[in-house]
Amino acid sequence: MNSRIGYVAFNTFREAVRDRVLYNLIVFALLISGAAVLVGEISIDVERLVVINLGLTSVSLFGVVIAIFIGIGLVSKEIDRKTLYTVLSRPVRRWEFVVGKFFGLTGTLVVNTFFMAIGVFLALLYVAHHFEKADLSVLAALYFIVLEFLIVCALALLFSSFSTPLMSAVFTFALFIVGNLADDLHSIARSTTGLAGALSTALAYLVPNFSAFNIVNQAAHGDPVPGRLLLYNTIYAALYSAMAISGAVLIFQRRNLK
Amino acid sequence: MAAIEILSLEKTYQVGFWRKRPKLALRPLRLTIEEGEVFGFLGPNGAGKTTTLKLLMGLVSPTSGSARILGMDLDDPRMKAQIGFLPEQPYFYDHLTAQELLNYYAQLSGVPAKDRARRVTSMLERLGLGGAARTQLRKYSKGMLQRVGLAQAILHNPKVVFLDEPMSGLDPMGRREVRELIQELRNEGKTVFFSTHILSDAEALCDRVAVIHQGELRGVGAVAQLTAQSQGQIEIIFCAQSVPAALSALGAQARVSGEMVNAVIPEEQQDAALDVLRREHIRLLSLTPVRSSLEEYYVQKLRPLENGKGAGA
Repeated sequence: MNSRIGYVAFNTFREAVRDRVLYNLIVFALLISGAAVLVGEISIDVERLVVINLGLTSVSLFGVVIAIFIGIGLVSKEIDRKTLYTVLSRPVRRWEFVVGKFFGLTGTLVVNTFFMAIGVFLALLYVAHHFEKADLSVLAALYFIVLEFLIVCALALLFSSFSTPLMSAVFTFALFIVGNLADDLHSIARSTTGLAGALSTALAYLVPNFSAFNIVNQAAHGDPVPGRLLLYNTIYAALYSAMAISGAVLIFQRRNLK
Repeated sequence: MAAIEILSLEKTYQVGFWRKRPKLALRPLRLTIEEGEVFGFLGPNGAGKTTTLKLLMGLVSPTSGSARILGMDLDDPRMKAQIGFLPEQPYFYDHLTAQELLNYYAQLSGVPAKDRARRVTSMLERLGLGGAARTQLRKYSKGMLQRVGLAQAILHNPKVVFLDEPMSGLDPMGRREVRELIQELRNEGKTVFFSTHILSDAEALCDRVAVIHQGELRGVGAVAQLTAQSQGQIEIIFCAQSVPAALSALGAQARVSGEMVNAVIPEEQQDAALDVLRREHIRLLSLTPVRSSLEEYYVQKLRPLENGKGAGA
């Protein structure tokens, strides 16, 4: 990685940590440990299923909220506070700054997810008393959640490059919801014809297909995750984020910092 | 080689949400600043000083024209490694300590890792921030932030330093320290381009100044030349409790303060005035030609424009 991108990324990570973003881990730890104890008391044979479902869904929601609320301010906050002036007057290109910011936030989310994952596995160990091979699919589900964060961060950055923080949050969250319904959009596209069919097909391919990343149920049931899906989702997330970041760079490149 | 060449740089913003209309921020500006010069960019608030600096820093793009710094284009990273910039009322990452902030900027400026810690420490000491190096910037006063701003601008030993209102928000001691710092930069052979509306600072520090108003360059010249122009008057200071009638008859404008009189007379009446003092056995303290100050030059350049605006309004 270009060293300047690394410096910007590290500073972004440090800012997130000092702004107490990782404090969400305390809430998560309380939630997951409380759930594990409660589930251990009341359910029979489904403890594993409940803990994995609740754990992974919480990891995803906590991460998406952080990705959106920090992502929308990554560049706009620097413009508003004028901290950008002393950075861009140095030998730092605008694209390096945007990409560095993106990596800084995704790095924060990876660290955050890592600690949450430890919480999920500890809760799993508490209710099931042992790990089994099927738990590997939980790791795959966590990996897909991280891929999902990459796309959400990139979209938040893209929207914030031309819109206000509030509108960027609304756009990103709306796209996150629609993206989780991407499979339904594809079904609608297949069942309609004419202009409506063309529009729904275009929309189905344009929105990020988050439903392909959601394997929480499979993981809870211990179903194996095909290697092909791992590969496709990785390529898809990399391409989609790269396109969104490129869009953000193109817009930011032309922006006047008044 | 010129340190800064501004070649008809022009900026017009589009303002308004639905119906965009042009707002001229800077008319085509041509300026050349030589290496080692301390150059003052003067003008009232909203004159176009900050816009010019933002154009030179690549923070806004010009509507037309171009500029070169150290012979390189404005987007050349090699050039940016050799310049330093202090924005007006600078803001920094307040979660960082001054030491961390300067280290971050040193990294971005390409200061070699082995020199970074030493350079950061010595810069903090130079700006009197050694004791607060490990304090987060959110706890800094405005004056301390301005010092951090100056430190980050010169940290990487740049050849050209741009300072936007460097005295802004500083107390008299702070202003004095900044003046001394600019003098030191001059002694080190650096080119300093600074914008200000405090004329005494410009007069004390600059080799040359330019006056800008409403986005247009109104005058440029060497400070010594602008302030050396005699106004055709002589200032005489002498010991007396009142103004001799013979001196008043020569057209003297006098002010008595205690045991001392300060009188201004036309240059051609100098000998006659001295004769009066000799005749009346009055002790002469000083005799100096009255010269223009930078403030007078500035007012002379801008007053007709302000009056014109007032008349038109």
